[in-house]
Amino acid sequence: MTTILQPDHATIPGVSKPGTSRTARRGHGLSDRTIAWLFVAPTIALLLAINIFPLIWMIRLSFTNLNLSMSYLPLRFVGLDNFRDILTDEDVWFRLQTTAQFVISSVALQVVVGFGLALLINRQFRGHSFWTTIILLPMMLSPAVVGNFWTLLLQPQIGPFNYLISLFTGVPPSSFSMTGQVSLAPWTIVLVDTWMWAPYVMLICLAGLRSIPDYIYEAAEVDRASAWRQFWSITLPMTVPFLMLAVLFRAIENFKMFDMVNLLTSGGPGSTTELVSISLKRAAFEKWRTGYSSALAIILFVTVFGAANIYVKTLNKVKQR
Amino acid sequence: MRRLGWLRSTAASVVAAAAALGGLGGGQAAAQGKQLTLCWAAWDPANALVELGKDFTKQSGIEMKYEFVPWTSYADRFLNELNSHGKLCDLIIGDSQWIGGAAENKWYVKLNDFFDKEHISMDDFVPATVVGYSQWPKNTPNYWALPAMADAVGWTYRKDWFARPEIQSAFKAKYGRDLAPPKTYDELKQIGEFFQGREIDGKKVYGAYIFTERGSEGITMGVTNVLYNYGFAYDNPKKPYQMQGIVNSADAAKGLEFYKELYKCCTAPGMTNAYMQEGLDAFKSGQVAMQMNWFAFFPGLYKDPNVGGDKIGFFVNPAGPKGHFTQLGGQGISVVATSDHKDDALAYIKWFAQPAVQQKWWQIGGYSALKAVVDAPDFPKSAAFAPQFLESMGIVKDFWAEPSYAQLLLDMQKRVHDYVVADKGTSQQALDLLVKDWTKVFKEQGKEVASQ
Repeated sequence: MTTILQPDHATIPGVSKPGTSRTARRGHGLSDRTIAWLFVAPTIALLLAINIFPLIWMIRLSFTNLNLSMSYLPLRFVGLDNFRDILTDEDVWFRLQTTAQFVISSVALQVVVGFGLALLINRQFRGHSFWTTIILLPMMLSPAVVGNFWTLLLQPQIGPFNYLISLFTGVPPSSFSMTGQVSLAPWTIVLVDTWMWAPYVMLICLAGLRSIPDYIYEAAEVDRASAWRQFWSITLPMTVPFLMLAVLFRAIENFKMFDMVNLLTSGGPGSTTELVSISLKRAAFEKWRTGYSSALAIILFVTVFGAANIYVKTLNKVKQR
Repeated sequence: MRRLGWLRSTAASVVAAAAALGGLGGGQAAAQGKQLTLCWAAWDPANALVELGKDFTKQSGIEMKYEFVPWTSYADRFLNELNSHGKLCDLIIGDSQWIGGAAENKWYVKLNDFFDKEHISMDDFVPATVVGYSQWPKNTPNYWALPAMADAVGWTYRKDWFARPEIQSAFKAKYGRDLAPPKTYDELKQIGEFFQGREIDGKKVYGAYIFTERGSEGITMGVTNVLYNYGFAYDNPKKPYQMQGIVNSADAAKGLEFYKELYKCCTAPGMTNAYMQEGLDAFKSGQVAMQMNWFAFFPGLYKDPNVGGDKIGFFVNPAGPKGHFTQLGGQGISVVATSDHKDDALAYIKWFAQPAVQQKWWQIGGYSALKAVVDAPDFPKSAAFAPQFLESMGIVKDFWAEPSYAQLLLDMQKRVHDYVVADKGTSQQALDLLVKDWTKVFKEQGKEVASQ
């Protein structure tokens, strides 16, 4: 910045350099460096206040017995008790298992559907832009809206979804409940999440597909490679880094999935779709077990952070190849 | 340089503008008159309270502002507010189960001195509401709220369907007795089975609507109506917190089994996560013959153009083999300890406790707990559901009101929903696990929990 500013003053006769004149300094009040700090300071302060400080505070709380619904009880340091309680609790492991099943199923389905859609949209056809916009609509909606309207769509008596299934299978529409049956509810949340987020995966894949230079396909055609061969040898390998990126984003998002599932099933029936994020919310803001929930949040954070790190390293290796 | 110069002047302007706005805001606030914020759930009685509150504003000049939150997030929202010592609410109509936590954590102002000074006697209120909404510790003269909205679980039924001769004769032919509002749960189940899948006016209808909601308190507030009547209790009355063999007694397990049978035999499809609103929708749309719900909704249902008036009837929660009780609902009104307007808030409570105000409260859709209102000779005739309400208030039981009630409630939600809706394990296993959960909670709270 200095190199740009200096010549202005240097070339105008009689005008002193900024910062050298006491009058100028008094007139403007603040130095450039101070101004720069003033503009950065709120961001840093905000970052410290809403990210770093709560994180440190949470780590501190995770070693205590704090329960906000009984804040009159003395605050005790309990060491690693909360962590031990969590890691030896069968229910927590069951919730983690449920979450893993949800993440794996939904991300896998989203990648398949999203990639398929990207392959379709990558071709030029009439109404291309219109269909692209239609496909992208679900991901523009808020998860709360999606949860609420799918609840209506899946309602066994008035929801059109059951009637559609009935039309194809002959099963009476009110004889099954997508959100209320243990066998169907986990698949229902996967289905709705895929409906919402497959377009997002499609967008990332589309970016990958469009980044493949045409001359590679032209060379393949000269070599008389079949469309199938071109897909396996060119399209898929060159979009893998993009697919992996999509998997990373969606896996992180789905690991912390809360709103949509909470609205669709509230974690039910029973605890069938109770993802670990729902357990965490219940422990922290319904049961008010602050110490315990802080420990659970740390465990989840470390899990996601660790898994994401390993994944990013793998992604980098794939890219280097 | 020009850019930095522009930035400097902009920064100075922003600071000046912010300072000016701050000053202006403060000035406006100071210029405003007195105002109180009352926090409650968003439901029919809350609308009635807004109407009632206009009289208070007229008399006192204090403006009333309301913060109403839907039931499903009511506890989350306001307990969070109280926990964080927020100043949003000056007055709060808090759920009966909050009273222990609110008193122990000093979220509410203790009202004993105020009651003494203003000659408000708790003897003037229905005893169950005083114990349920005001006292902590229970059954001691320590008051933290004024009973504001008496409520309990009751039932509505389609009186017009019950009265049809063809339905009457079909029922009599099948069960050998007249079709009438059930007195026992066995009778209720029979009626539910009778109506389940029956076609009425060309429409398939279902037997009964019961609470099954998983997220907040729904299924617990439903199942306890059966459990109490099958012999379930929270603990040994002689040994507080001793739950083994009481919560999970064989009778209690039978009660839980019965609730599941009722859910399986007689409810409409898809009612796997349903609470108050779903029940109202099911009843108003002519889908069910009988509906479990809170009395608070009955004035609205009675006025409903499609199913109200002569078409609707009301009955008290049926008895079971081991007794006759119903789940207490309702709330007391309290002054929030962090409020900056405690005196005005107390003035509201003083006004609200007056018999004339309580009488109007009942007339416009609220449920008064004042004896002068509910024990008046003409009270049973004042509304179609008044006699059932009176009877219910005499047989109420409430859930734990301990400071740890939220944990106790969510544990029960999980165990009961797992068994009733998700078909997991047996009723005995569900209650055994519940005892284990509750024992852990009480031990964390530092309570002595005897195993036998």
